[in-house]
Amino acid sequence: MIQLIDIHKSFRNKQVLKGVNLEIKRGESMVVIGGSGCGKSVLMKHIMGLIWPDRGRVLIEGRDIASCSRWELKEIRKKFGMLFQGAALFDSMTVGQNVGFGLKEHTSLSKEEIRKRVQEKLQMVGLPGIEDLRPDELSGGMKKRVGLARAIAMEPEILLYDEPTTGLDPIMADVINELIIRMKEVYKVTSLTITHDMKSAYKIADRIGMLYDGRIIEVGTPEEIQNTQNPIVRQFITGSAKGPITEGACL
Amino acid sequence: MRKILEKIGEQFSRLLAEAGRLSILFGQAVVGIFSPPFRLEESLLQMEEVGVHSLSVTLITGAFTGMVLALQTYIGFKRFNAESLVGTVVALSMTRELGPVLTGLVVAARAGSSIAAELGTMRVTEQIDALTTMAVNPIEYLVSPRLLAGLVMLPLLTALANIMGITGGYLVSVYILGANSLVYIRRTFDYLTYQDIYSGIFKAAVFGVIITVVGCYKGFYAEGGAHGVGRATTGAVVMSYMLIIISNYIITALFF
Repeated sequence: MIQLIDIHKSFRNKQVLKGVNLEIKRGESMVVIGGSGCGKSVLMKHIMGLIWPDRGRVLIEGRDIASCSRWELKEIRKKFGMLFQGAALFDSMTVGQNVGFGLKEHTSLSKEEIRKRVQEKLQMVGLPGIEDLRPDELSGGMKKRVGLARAIAMEPEILLYDEPTTGLDPIMADVINELIIRMKEVYKVTSLTITHDMKSAYKIADRIGMLYDGRIIEVGTPEEIQNTQNPIVRQFITGSAKGPITEGACL
Repeated sequence: MRKILEKIGEQFSRLLAEAGRLSILFGQAVVGIFSPPFRLEESLLQMEEVGVHSLSVTLITGAFTGMVLALQTYIGFKRFNAESLVGTVVALSMTRELGPVLTGLVVAARAGSSIAAELGTMRVTEQIDALTTMAVNPIEYLVSPRLLAGLVMLPLLTALANIMGITGGYLVSVYILGANSLVYIRRTFDYLTYQDIYSGIFKAAVFGVIITVVGCYKGFYAEGGAHGVGRATTGAVVMSYMLIIISNYIITALFF
């Protein structure tokens, strides 16, 4: 469903991605792991056309997004929902307006119908009755859940999660993990999650890929990754201070 | 020598790149105004933000500028017995120059900085990216309504500043300096033409575009967290001031 082919990207002479190849199948939950600052978020932003590659192609359902017109790109983006690392809620709006924003922009639903859909999505993420609160009145975990409610309001086919459990306490992190699993089971969404939280990765992933030094160096099921012989992946998943990564340039 | 030339060339190409990006943003925002969906609600909100919230500071600036202008002109003109022309000078100065320029500078400091800070914060907290991922064009959603607000509200604010300035000048001249009320009013309007008023209003519209587009541009391309937002805000005010002062001369020299 999503293919990244030979993606290269540099920022101010620093090459972040050096030929990333990755395929995500329909209905699959793919997790990309990697150290901080290794380009995971940059990789994810390529899929939505928020960043364009210097070289390489991004295919969504076989279609190269670089060759799409503005209108076609808009239609492709409607298939996506994205949960940002900091939730990226619009702070000039209430929670209800945030969750209902996509519906107001892209559907002809009445205000009452949008209100009902917003209530339903907030209920789904375990936060009923907070429509009138403002984002600055929410805790970090609540913001992420509202961000998720906003991402699923348009009932997308593909969900992208950018560090969904970072900065949350272990219980709230697990609540988010459960919600991600539920999205896959209930809505059959295809998803890409980027994280360095291995507990979360093992729980939500069908397959895990590791990004290191600008490339995906290994892809496998959670079991395969746990039993990998690759010393770089091994060091990352065990969280050891000694090993090939700490001798490299990425971390 | 070569290094100096390289440095100058680098600065010049950076300036050209910035002018290019600013022009592209302006062009896309203009297209956004005329393309559906028409964002009336957002535009009205921005008109309130740019116009209504700048009203008190603009009115006070206009009134006191007219008052001090009357005072200074009276002192100067008294030396060659031309006190009766104070009203004319106040009216022409306010409508042609001080009204639009001071309103532009005041709004640049108040609303231009606020636009840059708001959009800058939206950029660094990924809210602008969130708009894009939700298939909403951020330029059409954020920049076009602000541009329209600047274009509409600056001429209105300038007209009010002119009225306040002329009234302030009248009050100082008549009640403090002892001028004859009837003569002052006659002198005010005897030499004031429609072109004086139009030229000031036209300038104000141009300044409205400059303030909002520069504010949006600086905020839209802010990077580097809180420091970046601060830099964008300062940059927006400085750039707006420079462009207002320079374009004011060019418009006056070319058209009026």
